[in-house]
Amino acid sequence: MIAMKVKVKLFAAAREIVGQGEVAVDVREGSTVGDVMEHFFARYPKLKGIAGSLVFAVNREVAQRGASVQEGDEVGVLPPVSGGSGV
Amino acid sequence: MFEIVEDSLSIERAVSAVSKPTCGAVAIFVGTVRGFSRGRQVSYLEYEAYPEMAIAKMRQIEQEIREKWEVEGIAIQHRVGRLGIGVASVVVAVSAPHREQALEACAYAIERLKQIVPIWKKEVSPDGSYWVGMGS
Repeated sequence: MIAMKVKVKLFAAAREIVGQGEVAVDVREGSTVGDVMEHFFARYPKLKGIAGSLVFAVNREVAQRGASVQEGDEVGVLPPVSGGSGV
Repeated sequence: MFEIVEDSLSIERAVSAVSKPTCGAVAIFVGTVRGFSRGRQVSYLEYEAYPEMAIAKMRQIEQEIREKWEVEGIAIQHRVGRLGIGVASVVVAVSAPHREQALEACAYAIERLKQIVPIWKKEVSPDGSYWVGMGS
């Protein structure tokens, strides 16, 4: 298994739950946004509680959970910006 | 001109950034912090942004506007951090040869800002605090 490092940026309610706005995470090569998020959901049940409302970004572009991530990518964890509508 | 700033917004700076000799109109929108929200008193707001992505999304809004209206300049400034009641949190200025384009494009810009630009606000009130979407 080859590990790679991604930078995860969390905002608003997600940042408060995790306690910091930026976390470096080691994941397996070939991981997806969803795989990166499992790292957080396992440690922060409250974050898992709002998982359905979260929107994700890879390198500042909105991305789906199935999107793959590469070494050095920046993954954004974005709570809803406007009442009900995503980014 | 697209900016996320931590200190006071400047309407004059936004207007001068979009003013051109070819323009007959500059439409300005100023969003301010309201002291009440959904029946609750608000003590102050805390705005938080994903600055790099917010600026990219503001540029996307500019592109969308230029496809729909004949406008000259577009400026959006958004403030982040702790903001007291009555303080300006966002300024949008759009210049165009004629007022109809400027007014319509300015209204479009603030609506899209609320939809797609990653900026969040936390309402802090005497009985607790709540993260809300900008459009709430």
